[in-house]
Order: sequence, then C-alpha cells, then structure tokens
Amino acid sequence: MLLADRMIAVGLMALSAYFMWHAYALPIGWNGMTGGPGGGAFPFWLSAIMFACAGGILLRSFRGSLDDTSKFFDTETLGSVVAVVVALVITVAIMPWLGAYVALPLFLFWYLKIFGKHGWVVTFCLTLGTPVFLFFFFEVTLKILLPKGLTQPLFVPLYAIFF
Amino acid sequence: MELLGHLADGFATSLSPMNLMIVIIGVTAGLFIGAMPGLGSVNGVAIVLPLTFIVPPSSAIILLAAIYYGAMYGGAISSILLGIPGASTAVATTFDGRPMAQQGKAGLALIAAATASFVGGTISVILFTLFAAPLADVALAFGPPEEFALVLLAFTTFVGLGGDDVLKTIIMICLGLVLSTVGLDLISGQPRLIFFDQPGFYSGISFLVLAIGIYGVGEILYTIETSKSAPTVTPAKLTFKELKYGIKEMNRLWKTMSFGSIMGFFVGMLPAAGATPAALMAYGLAKLTSKTSATFGKGNIEGVAAPETANNAASTGSLLPMLTLGIPGSPTTALLLGGMVMWGLVPGPMLFIEQPDFVWGLISSLYTANLAAVLVNLALIPVFVWALRMPFTVLCSIVLILCLVGGYAPSQKLHDVWLIVGFGAIGYLLRKADYPMAPLVLALVLGPLMEKSFRQTLISEQGNVLAFVERPLSATFIILSAIFFVLPLLNLLRRRMRTKTTAGNPAE
Repeated sequence: MLLADRMIAVGLMALSAYFMWHAYALPIGWNGMTGGPGGGAFPFWLSAIMFACAGGILLRSFRGSLDDTSKFFDTETLGSVVAVVVALVITVAIMPWLGAYVALPLFLFWYLKIFGKHGWVVTFCLTLGTPVFLFFFFEVTLKILLPKGLTQPLFVPLYAIFF
Repeated sequence: MELLGHLADGFATSLSPMNLMIVIIGVTAGLFIGAMPGLGSVNGVAIVLPLTFIVPPSSAIILLAAIYYGAMYGGAISSILLGIPGASTAVATTFDGRPMAQQGKAGLALIAAATASFVGGTISVILFTLFAAPLADVALAFGPPEEFALVLLAFTTFVGLGGDDVLKTIIMICLGLVLSTVGLDLISGQPRLIFFDQPGFYSGISFLVLAIGIYGVGEILYTIETSKSAPTVTPAKLTFKELKYGIKEMNRLWKTMSFGSIMGFFVGMLPAAGATPAALMAYGLAKLTSKTSATFGKGNIEGVAAPETANNAASTGSLLPMLTLGIPGSPTTALLLGGMVMWGLVPGPMLFIEQPDFVWGLISSLYTANLAAVLVNLALIPVFVWALRMPFTVLCSIVLILCLVGGYAPSQKLHDVWLIVGFGAIGYLLRKADYPMAPLVLALVLGPLMEKSFRQTLISEQGNVLAFVERPLSATFIILSAIFFVLPLLNLLRRRMRTKTTAGNPAE
C-alpha cells in the first residue's frame, strides 16, 4: 500500500509537471494591459498546487510508520481486472477497422463465454441481441452512426430499408 | 399563492402522458440501477445520459431526475436482501435492514424502506418547492465575483467537511479544474493543453467522458476486483396484511422520519456531504433519541426508516443549489447540470425567469416521481428478488458496452472512447488509493464557470484582486471558504496538542 501510494504520488507529480509545461506556452503571469491573469495562468498555477500536494503526500509517506504491509491489489482478482482492461483496449482499437458491429459482439462473446463462463444460450442471446438493439436505438432512431470500418458495404441495404 | 400557481402550471407539464410515462420508466430504471450492487444513482445517470437524446431536453432532465430518485429507493433493496448496499447511500440501511431480513422480516423491512423513502422524498420536495424561488431571487443579484466565490465555497466544503485526506482532495479538485481548461482559452481563444497534438482535445474534455470513465468503466473494474463470490439473496414475500401492518408500524415513527427528512435535505445541499453522510447521521440520531435504542443493529424498523428518509431527502436537497445557483450539491447533480448545459438549459436563477415551464415542470415531476417510485417499488419487489440473482458478469458486460457506445454517441469521436477507457483505468487506481472522485467530477463541471467568473471580475475591475471581498455577498462566501479551508488544519493542530499533553503527562 505504501509503495503504491508513493508511486501514485510520483505519477501525479509528473502529470502536473507535464500540465505546467503545456500551460507555459500561454502567458501565465499577470496581464497588466487587460487586467487579470493570462490564458495559461489558471492551469499552470493549479497544476503547481497539485504538484505541491502530491509532493506533500510523498514526503508524508516517508515520515509515517513503515509497518504498513497491507496489499494495494487483491492478487486473487487483479488478473480479471487487467484482462477486462486489455479486452476493452483491443475492442476500441479494432472498432475503426472492423466496425462497432464486429468489435462489440466479439467483446461480449469473450466476456460472457470465456471470462464469465456462461452457457451458450445467454452468450448468444446477448451477443446477437445487443448489436440489433444498438442499431435500432442509435442508427435508426437517433441517426447516430457508429463506426463501421470494413463492414460499411454490408449496411448499405439496411440503410435503404430504414432511411 | 404565486407559488401554487407555478406549481399548478408545472403539473400541467409533468402530468402530460409522455412525461408521466418518462417518470415511470425513469424510476423503474433507477430502482433497478440502485438495487444492483455496485451501481448507484451517479453511475446510472452517467451511463444513461447519452441514451436520453431520444427524448426532448426537458423530458430528458425529468427522466434523469426520476432515475436519481428511483436509485435512492432501489439502494435499500440490495441492502436488505443481499446485505450489501446497492449504492454507498444505502450503507446505513444494511445495519438494521439485513438483520430484519435474516429474522424473516425482509418484506416488512422493504415496506419500511419504501415508505420511509416516500416520506423523506415528499417532505424534502415540499421544502424544495418553498426554497427554490426565494433562493433563485437572491441568486439573481449574483455577478461574476459572487459566482467565483460560490464555486470556491463549493470546493472548500470538500476540504473542510469531505472527511477524505485533505491533500488528496485538493489534488482531485485541481486535477478536475486543470482538465476543464483543456481546449481553447475562454478569453483569448488560444489553444491550450492540447496533449500530444491530438485534434480531439481542441473541443475540451467533456464531463460526460470523465463521468462515464470513472463511474462506468472504473466502477465496474472496482466491483470486479472486490466481488469474489455471488452473495445469497434472502427471499422476500409481500402480502397485503404485511403491507397494512408495515404502514401501521411506520405511523409510530413520524418523529424519526421528519427529523431525518429535514436534516437530510439540508445536509444534501452541501456539495461535500450528500446522501451517504446524511443517512449515517440520521441513523446515529435516531439511535440516540429512540426509546428502543438497545435493539438498533439487531433489526429495529426505526433503523431502516431513519437512513432511508435522509438519503432520499438529501438527493432532493442536492438538486436545490444545482437548479437555483448552478452549483451542484452532489456528483449526480453535477452530471445533471452538465447534461442541462449540453442541451442549452443553463441552470441558475435566470432559468426560473426564462424557462419557468421547464423549472416548474421538473419540480412537479419530483412529486410524481416520488409517488411512482413507491408504487413501482412495492409492486415489483418479486421482480427485484429475481433480478438480484442475475449473474454479475452479465450486468458488467452490458454496462461496459453502454459505456463505450454511450461515450461515442454525443460527439461521435473515437478519441472520447479512448479517453473513457483511460479515465476508467486511472480512476480505478486513484479510487483504490483513496482519492475522492466527487470533487474531480464537480471540478470538471464547474471549472469553466470558475475561470470565467474569476477572469471576468478581474478584467472589469482592471486587475483589482480586492474586488472579490468588496461586495458583501462574495465577501461572505470567501470568508466561509477560508473557514472551511482552515478547518482541517485546526483539527490537526488540536490533535497534535492533545497527543503532546498526553505524552507529556507521564513524564511529570
């Protein structure tokens, strides 16, 4: 827990330094002409406060007791969390290429059948039912088109029916 | 009398068949969302918000408010039947609700929770109706300095009253504010904080992207890690005889319930407090003042009634500053506020003048939502008992899909979907390290207002910083913020002094 706390504090310090570097591109000081701070002042000084507070957390962790041995992650279930995050990343990555109507059912199939160990009935109902629902809800009703990628030509006849 | 006229006009809107249907759909969805362990009102509103494009904006807000309401009722269901709070707001309900269920009185506990929620909801909606217009009138006098001071006050309540680590709270507030400045500078129009030169950042980071990331994806990741085995559902049967008996029992608890409602309403108004502390406080208070305090924690019906009135009243209370001042009283209302801005309805005093139909329609819909929620709740109890047996992975997979598609829908950029996954993973890690999430979301929603009002004031006052304390109202807010800010420091000092004196005594 202590190590994780320190690492997160260092991460936040790096993040705020990065924000400050970005904000520095704009005037961060007092603009005497118009009155008031420049465009970069708000993000710059807030990031500076963030940096100081994260630094405070880091310093505090060195002063505190060292007998804190509680685990940050639950090692039994951490694997599942990582697996779900990886699956999400893969799903979003293939969405522009294979289209949402391939990526999302694949994710559902993996999640229900392989990760959740459900039966075929549940898996198929959800894997096939969800894209149909999404199509009618978003494309037909709201006219919001989800990314199609390679599958674009397959939707032309469907559009001809519904639009 | 003017008030009743407004309210009558409002009912004309909210009792239209379409809005009535929306309220019923909303509370039913809210009840389910609230009843599912791991999902509360804020998760529900974040996930459902992109789906509300299907109805007109004013109805969409009514729908979201109904979900908020329903989720407050629903939280009690899993507290009683599973022994796990369906949402953090229902933690206090488990203390006595669970023992009651184990004694075979699950039905009675559910009736008590529903009735108490109804009483809490009704009392707080009446308070809301009374306070809304006067507060909006006061807020009409607000200029940029007052707006800035009020936002500052909202943030300092997190530092002073939030109860989380002060440094971590400040970090989250600053992070939210910095993320809100991404995009184009408000005044000069220059691009700023365009990370990795990604064009997607030019339009800024939407509150919805952050909320879906943290409360959708992040929450699911957190639940995956913490739930190892499926909990057991206690069966609950409900008969009319029990219903009659339950209502008779509840009739004795008027004092507890009205106390809980009024306290919940006012605690709910504070951005840092809200429904969870309100419910815990009401529980504590009921235990202190009850004649049967010895049986608290062992299945006392009063211990179910008190927190349930308070958490419902708090949810209504948190709507009050959101609607009248434009400062949300809870993360859920912050999302409602963001949604309203997205639809072109800017909350705040002007809304009462420019869109009275909408405002009073929304207020009156709280009355109908309250009534609908108690009826749907009692009628669907067998369905909830069945639904709580649904495997967790099925729910998770559906929620994750809704997060991805819902994040894509508003602006149709994959950039936002990537951000959602990123915020989900980072939010999960930060939450595990005890960083509070509510100030982050509130800061992102209020950030633009805070920066705008700050810089507007300074431009109109030619850079005179004292402008913030020269006006009486804004000076009051600034002083209050300063007090909240110093509060944790004083506490720390007092604790230090005490440890010093106790450590010094034995040496004498």
